[in-house]
Amino acid sequence: MAIDIQTIDQVEDVGRYKYGFETEIEMETAPKGLDESTVRFISAKKNEPEWMLEWRLKAYRYWLTMEEPTWAKVDYPKIDFQDSYYYAAPKSDADRPESLDDVDPKLLETYKKLGIPLEEQKVLAGVAVDAVFDSVSVATTYKAQLEEQGIIFCAISEALQKCPEIVQQYIGSIVPFTDNFYAALNAAVFSDGSFVYIPKGVRCPLELSTYFRINARETGQFERTLIVVEDDSYVSYLEGCTAPQRDEHQLHAAVVELVALDNAEIKYSTVQNWYPGDENGKGGIYNFVTKRGACRGVNSKISWTQVETGSAITWKYPSCILQGDNSVGEFYSVAITNNAQQADTGTKMIHLGKNTTSRIIAKGISAGRSQSTYRGLVRMGPKADNARNYTQCDSLLIGDKCGAHTVPYIEDKNRTAQVEHEATTSKISDDQLFYCRQRGIGEEDAVALIVNGFCRDVLQELPMEFALEAQQLVGISLEGSVG
Amino acid sequence: MTVQVPMDDASRSYLDRFGELRPRLPGSGLPWLADVRDAGAAAFGETGFPGRKTESWRYTNLASLKKVDFSADADPMPVDQASLPALVYGRESSCRLVFVNGGFRPDLSAIADLPGGATLVSFREALAEWPDLVEQGIQASAPDASDPLAALNAAFMSDGFVLHLKEGVSLEAPVEILAVGTGAAQAPVYHTRNLVIAGRNSRATIVEHHVGLCISSYFSNQVTNFLLEEGALVRHCKVQDESREAFHIAHSTARLGGDAQFDSFAFSLGGALSRNEIHVRLEAPGATCRLNGAYLMKGRQHCDNTTVVDHLSPDTSCRELYKGVLDGEAHGVFQGRITVHPDAQRTDGQQMNRALLLSDKAEMSSKPELEIYADDVKCAHGATAGELDDMALFYLRSRGVPEEAARGLLVEAFLGEVIDGMALAGMRLPLQKNISKWMGDRR
Repeated sequence: MAIDIQTIDQVEDVGRYKYGFETEIEMETAPKGLDESTVRFISAKKNEPEWMLEWRLKAYRYWLTMEEPTWAKVDYPKIDFQDSYYYAAPKSDADRPESLDDVDPKLLETYKKLGIPLEEQKVLAGVAVDAVFDSVSVATTYKAQLEEQGIIFCAISEALQKCPEIVQQYIGSIVPFTDNFYAALNAAVFSDGSFVYIPKGVRCPLELSTYFRINARETGQFERTLIVVEDDSYVSYLEGCTAPQRDEHQLHAAVVELVALDNAEIKYSTVQNWYPGDENGKGGIYNFVTKRGACRGVNSKISWTQVETGSAITWKYPSCILQGDNSVGEFYSVAITNNAQQADTGTKMIHLGKNTTSRIIAKGISAGRSQSTYRGLVRMGPKADNARNYTQCDSLLIGDKCGAHTVPYIEDKNRTAQVEHEATTSKISDDQLFYCRQRGIGEEDAVALIVNGFCRDVLQELPMEFALEAQQLVGISLEGSVG
Repeated sequence: MTVQVPMDDASRSYLDRFGELRPRLPGSGLPWLADVRDAGAAAFGETGFPGRKTESWRYTNLASLKKVDFSADADPMPVDQASLPALVYGRESSCRLVFVNGGFRPDLSAIADLPGGATLVSFREALAEWPDLVEQGIQASAPDASDPLAALNAAFMSDGFVLHLKEGVSLEAPVEILAVGTGAAQAPVYHTRNLVIAGRNSRATIVEHHVGLCISSYFSNQVTNFLLEEGALVRHCKVQDESREAFHIAHSTARLGGDAQFDSFAFSLGGALSRNEIHVRLEAPGATCRLNGAYLMKGRQHCDNTTVVDHLSPDTSCRELYKGVLDGEAHGVFQGRITVHPDAQRTDGQQMNRALLLSDKAEMSSKPELEIYADDVKCAHGATAGELDDMALFYLRSRGVPEEAARGLLVEAFLGEVIDGMALAGMRLPLQKNISKWMGDRR
């Protein structure tokens, strides 16, 4: 305990005098709980510039004045924010399972169904692997290719060293720490995340993925991603993985910020399959995420695609601020909840510029005793002349104990803007099931088939390599929900 | 009585006035009523007037209402018999109850011979003559304590109408209610409570006209409780044409038994700020409701239509269609929630709201909601907002129809869908004429 305090003092000194972080004591984990010293500790650990620490502290102080939001249709025991660790260095190999034999066989079963290669299974399950493992070397090759074009793709803490001016210009400009409770918390204590910068006129030659980023493992519970795309550029970014990942943290509060300048396009795809907890929802992950993209330039485009199947609680609204004239926002979402999962997800489309268009396709599937909510906002500002929005929300219910809810907000302040919203709720029709069954398709497969058909509009928006796995995932997520 | 003092002065002044007025309110000798009033005041005292943070009042701001110092016992301006017919839309009915600033006026009213088993009296009279009936009606309606204005009404309710139909009684002609708002030395406020108790297989049609006879401000805070037993059919048609400075807040509740049918139509034209809030509970198989509405708003008018439909039993259905036209700086609001409770299988719920924006400053906010806890259901909602279709306008213009006339035609056609669907055929023509007149005034 004495050592802890000593370390904190030292870290605070570093914060005050910015002489760099040098200490004899190897401290891997910040003490439990959250106060200003934790924030200073994290910042010092990352060797961050002074302004970053100031910003974190401001966010922390603001967070103290905020109250936890309760408006979402999710129900969970109150979180004790002092009862967790806010910084832990990556795990040493000693803590990891030694081989796949030590891993939960249920998890391996799922990997097999998803068709994941053995080596990747090891990584996902957190097995200690040798550094010369294939995908790592592949990643290094890719990195060289990216650097050639001037693309920066690295951890955000690395970016703070390499190009602090870009980070400083954009961080918090789309999701300010005043935005909401979890965004403030994230700003104060975020541990790491991805940073992408695409210079002018560059079309990123490959799909960037957290998966390929070295050191991307165990970035911790408070991830922060910033993607800046300059004029006339394009990037497609993949986040997450279809396979369930081993994870130690229960609370995840990530922030993702996207900036698209003139004629730029960002495609952001997410597959989220974190541990949903057991049949009674015990132990699952709380996923409270703030994702927002700003179409700052003219003719810019941001497209969100998400497949949400994991987590005990999902609270997530990837949004688009359509500021530039003719900019386009898209949101494609599939949210599958089973057992005791709860998902409250949707989007916000804020139309500010002229001729802006947005499209929302949200598909919710609830099974077991789960609750799934679509919550969205479409706002047409007074200057959004000729703006258009089309929203379609469909819910599918499997079983009579689950719930599906739709809560759209539509605010139109412009005569020439057009807003259309449609929502339907139904169950899998007996006719469809019967048709499949009489052709010899098993009940579970039939349900997976029908649900895949129901989600088709969204799944086809995913990048090719994700799309196939996502289809499998849909089936697996609904296992045990019929019969 | 312990009343927690709310934050703002306006809410506090209502509570202070409750203390003064309480002994003089009708039915002061009835203990159950005293309890209802106290509970209402306490509930209002906890929240005061709802602000923007209250989800169900998110789009309707009562700041302008709170600014006016309303008086609960101002003497109304005189109203005479001769000026009444002009206030009524559609055919004159033989059975009419007239209220002036919320108070029943027998001298202006005409109650025709109703069939045996049907009773139509003022709330005040019902409290004196049939207190048990009123108690039963009010208790069964379980006032929605979560709504502060309904709670305020429970505290202050002073007059209104009570319609009671025994089993199998059918009223052929519509019952007409004319509620006139007139000016007074001090802007008046009145809390009206109406009660409709329809026994098994009974039928009735009620037409309410709310008309402003002045240009000054007043605040009409209405609560209507409908109780429909098995197989009952009640049609309710309301035309709201209050003064342009008036506040009209109406909260209705309806409970439906098996195979009962409730049909509500609200036409809103007047008022500075108006809100129609309807809560329907479909409690037994076969219950159906239809909630329709149309509104025409201009200047700085604000019109809010809020519906909450609870499907509590299997095999119930609802249909909702709300359409509005917004001009000037008007603000239209639609909030609609359909909740399908667990085990309410085979629910069929459809909801649609559309708004037409005619000017640059007009604004529409909608929040259609579905909350579903059963799987074998068909539920859908839709919402649109936008301006007149350019192509349709061009079509008419190319055929020589002047621009304004073409717009008028298109607006009439737009609202026509709701008007044509009205159960009460006799009201269609006068409402259509009103729409034409409204469009004409725009020019």
